Amino acid sequence: MAVAVTGRRPKRRLSPAFILILPSIIFMLALFAWPMVSGVAQAVWSPDGFTMAYVDRMLADPSFWQAVRNTLLLVVVLLPLQFALALVMALLLQARPKGTGFYFYLWAIPLAVSDLAAGLVWLSIFTDRGYLNSLLDAFGVGPVSWLSFENYGSMFFAIVLAELWRATSLVMVIVVSGSQGIPKDYDEAANVFGATYLQRLRHVWLPLLKPSLQVALILRTILAFQTFAVAQALTGQDFQVLVGETYRWYTALQNPHVASALALVVMVVSMVAAVLYLRLLREETGSGNR
Amino acid sequence: MSTPTRVNTKPLKRLRRQRIAIQVACLAVTAFMVVPIYLIALAAFSSRSALNEFPQRFFPSAFSTETMSTFLSSTGVVPGLINSIGVGIATLVLSLFVGAPAGYAIARFAFRGRNNYQLFLLFTRALPIVVLSVPLAQLFLTVGVYDTPLAVTLLHTALALPTTILLTAAVFLAVPVDAEEAARIFGCTPVGAFLRVVLPLALPGVAAASIFTFVMSWNEVLGATILTLNQRTLPAQVLSSLSDSPLAFRFAGGFFLIVPAVVFIAVMRKYLLNMWGTTIR
Amino acid sequence: MTESFYTKPISRRQALQVGAGLTVAPFLVGSLSGCSGASTSGGGTGAFSFLSTQFTPVEEKQRFEKILASRVKDPKVSYNSMAVGDFTTQVTSQVKAGKVSIGMVGGLHGDLAPLAKDLEDLDGLAGEMAGTGVSADLWKLAKLGGSTTKYIPWMQATYVVAVHKSALEWLPSGADVKKLTYEQYLDWAIAAKKGAGKPVFGFPAGPKGLYHRFFQGFLLPSFTGGQITTFSSPEAVNAWTYMQHLWANMNPASTNYDNLQEPLARGEILVGWDHVARLVDAPKEKPGDWLMVPAPSGPKGLGYMLVVAGFGVPKGADVAKASTVIKALSQPATQLEVLRQNAFFPVVKAAIPADLPPAVRLEAGAVASQRASSNALLSLPPVGLGTKDGEVSQVFKDCFKQICKEGKAPAVVLGAQAKILQAILDEAKVPCWAPDPVTAGETCKVG
Repeated sequence: MAVAVTGRRPKRRLSPAFILILPSIIFMLALFAWPMVSGVAQAVWSPDGFTMAYVDRMLADPSFWQAVRNTLLLVVVLLPLQFALALVMALLLQARPKGTGFYFYLWAIPLAVSDLAAGLVWLSIFTDRGYLNSLLDAFGVGPVSWLSFENYGSMFFAIVLAELWRATSLVMVIVVSGSQGIPKDYDEAANVFGATYLQRLRHVWLPLLKPSLQVALILRTILAFQTFAVAQALTGQDFQVLVGETYRWYTALQNPHVASALALVVMVVSMVAAVLYLRLLREETGSGNR
Repeated sequence: MSTPTRVNTKPLKRLRRQRIAIQVACLAVTAFMVVPIYLIALAAFSSRSALNEFPQRFFPSAFSTETMSTFLSSTGVVPGLINSIGVGIATLVLSLFVGAPAGYAIARFAFRGRNNYQLFLLFTRALPIVVLSVPLAQLFLTVGVYDTPLAVTLLHTALALPTTILLTAAVFLAVPVDAEEAARIFGCTPVGAFLRVVLPLALPGVAAASIFTFVMSWNEVLGATILTLNQRTLPAQVLSSLSDSPLAFRFAGGFFLIVPAVVFIAVMRKYLLNMWGTTIR
Repeated sequence: MTESFYTKPISRRQALQVGAGLTVAPFLVGSLSGCSGASTSGGGTGAFSFLSTQFTPVEEKQRFEKILASRVKDPKVSYNSMAVGDFTTQVTSQVKAGKVSIGMVGGLHGDLAPLAKDLEDLDGLAGEMAGTGVSADLWKLAKLGGSTTKYIPWMQATYVVAVHKSALEWLPSGADVKKLTYEQYLDWAIAAKKGAGKPVFGFPAGPKGLYHRFFQGFLLPSFTGGQITTFSSPEAVNAWTYMQHLWANMNPASTNYDNLQEPLARGEILVGWDHVARLVDAPKEKPGDWLMVPAPSGPKGLGYMLVVAGFGVPKGADVAKASTVIKALSQPATQLEVLRQNAFFPVVKAAIPADLPPAVRLEAGAVASQRASSNALLSLPPVGLGTKDGEVSQVFKDCFKQICKEGKAPAVVLGAQAKILQAILDEAKVPCWAPDPVTAGETCKVG
């Protein structure tokens, strides 16, 4: 059969992937493109043109460095704890004790709680005349000032505990939903071949959970850098965090420029973490085949 | 007849101990998770003076619906509830509609720029949107949808898309390609294969994504506050004014806000938990 | 089947169809939810929209809405109160986009100051209201540092000290609780801490607390006679050294108190200085257990500060309609009702009635004696600073943080902060304000 020489260039084929992601791209760009450019440009654009004055102002403020330290400390301590707790919770559920569905539901409830309510209830626990001190009072122990600005350690402990309660459910739900898709056969096969529980965990379960863990890690890290509402409810401005400073510059000090600079810092740090996760936990595509 | 052998009950006892230990651990975790919710409910239904006592009681001593009823009858609570539910469901539908296909694309196709696309999605979540307040409000004012539930729906969908897309991608990855190809061999169209094979197996992930989307939309305050004035969602109407109100109202408002989200999770959880586990058939 | 599903190309037509479908569908879904939602502001569609930062607590808002409903019949007003940050965003974005749906705004002097260029000039309305008895000080403030009236004074308040009677047992002998000096106040705090075993004096030093007004309007004028021109003078160093001692005898949980009425009601503290509207709930249960007294006085007199709230009209809104509402809310009877319900005092001439609720009556007494005191020294909130208002407040907050919380030497801190303060004032180019001597046209110099 003679090949038809047409002289035309072959028709462009649109890859199906592109079509599938196109609506989301259009949606995000339409909604966020101009506000992002306009909002972020405020950090370096003044009425007189490009300027680093706002960034300098941000860097010269001692509260900024305090906030950076606090936020980093919070993220570094909180993330491993949350993931450990979430994995333990998921494993407990996997063992299918009596009442699995009920436990799962109760453990997912903190997801539904808004920042305000979470901050409120933990404040009422830790405040000077709150529930924790009431409990201690029943044992004759004097009231402890958990949230006093003089007590960095106990402030930090209170915030970590409150955030652990509030945000671990997110990771747990992602891990549980991911582990639902793991076929039992691999686990059973490994068991038949004599693997111990920990070996099965390390070599069968965790690797198959990698996609879910990657998503949970990225999402939780990004949200962790934006921890704010609970820290503010518990300690006011005694424990400064980056997003708290952003709000302060934006509302109390009426300076959207420095606030944008701060927001940029948060975004850059979060994105760097996300890139790291995407590289380190690289996943092949379509690999239902194992 | 052979002599009866002693049955080794050690493994059975060990199993029993293990199961008890697991139950105890579950109860401990449950206590940690549930006690604060109990305290919110307790405070929401106590009389105002009971909240000022010291030492605080852990059991309801002065049950009173006074704060809850005052809160519920204050202006705009019930319309706000209606708006919030509408926005929540619309956001859910829209974000799944736009996001699930994109998640599928990430899972199945190794297209160039896949990583960049994922990073692009995360940009919007990584930036505190407080600095976008004025430009966002201006954008919606110019387009003319300011102060409508549609505006809030669009914003919430944009905020929910990264979670939805990444979560569904993670779950679609776990569904074997072979099953899809088998369906195609047996005559399904690509879309049919997706709907009949992939989606049911990916239901837990889709359910998880829908929980997150609804709850995020339900609790989102800043965006809803700047984009609406007279047709606000419940958090916008209530949360920003609650922070100055007396303690009792903050608890009442906080409790009231939890209830519908908790109901939604109860509805969705059976899709999330696959009680019998998957097997490769 | 040589081609797998994933590499088979789709024809352009199919692609366009699918793409168009996928892109349009979301907006279809969205528009379904767009057909109007439920109105949450009670006025129904077409009502006059009054946006304000005042009366955010739920019960205050409900009481004010009742007053609006009963006293402003035409037009129907729908009241929306929100935090100051969201308030500013709403007003600026609407004015910038040219689509103003707000009819009128209401806020404190400090809330309206950054919006000066987004508000209409109200000289005409001010002229019509000349006979209502609003003091000249307030009309001057209402110009926001410019030449035209930018807001109409709405209501005023000040700050007093709340005292639980059980704290009186530690009052130093010979001191009259209604006429304290700062030295006596400090001695009282020390004795109370010793007697009660823990500090029982409080201070609104939380993120939303008004503690910076204490320094600007009470402490510094009482010790130095001024606010800005005597900022780093030796008397100011004395004032801050005093504050260090006082803070050492105050409850450290104060750093998270945005208002004092809750800690007072809970019994965490027994004595504290705060805004009248943030103290009024404390005596609610047992008014007989409480006293409200004027702030203490210092070497240069009894410095006190006024809080003023005003009505503004955003650029592009209907001034005539707003004027009707403003006039209705400026009637003496209406303003007295606001006093009764929400503890904010009238700005127009109106005799304080006898039938006030007990808590408000206590406060009215303290306010009156504070104002009438022979050595009263009135301070005004900063005038003409616009968006820099927050930064000036921050200077005083930072002084507190570094001197009292971190224990640094007052003289050093004041020297450094004076430079920062001067830089802000130079940028804003504003003359001084009461209690500092006002010289129009000259930028205020930090002393």
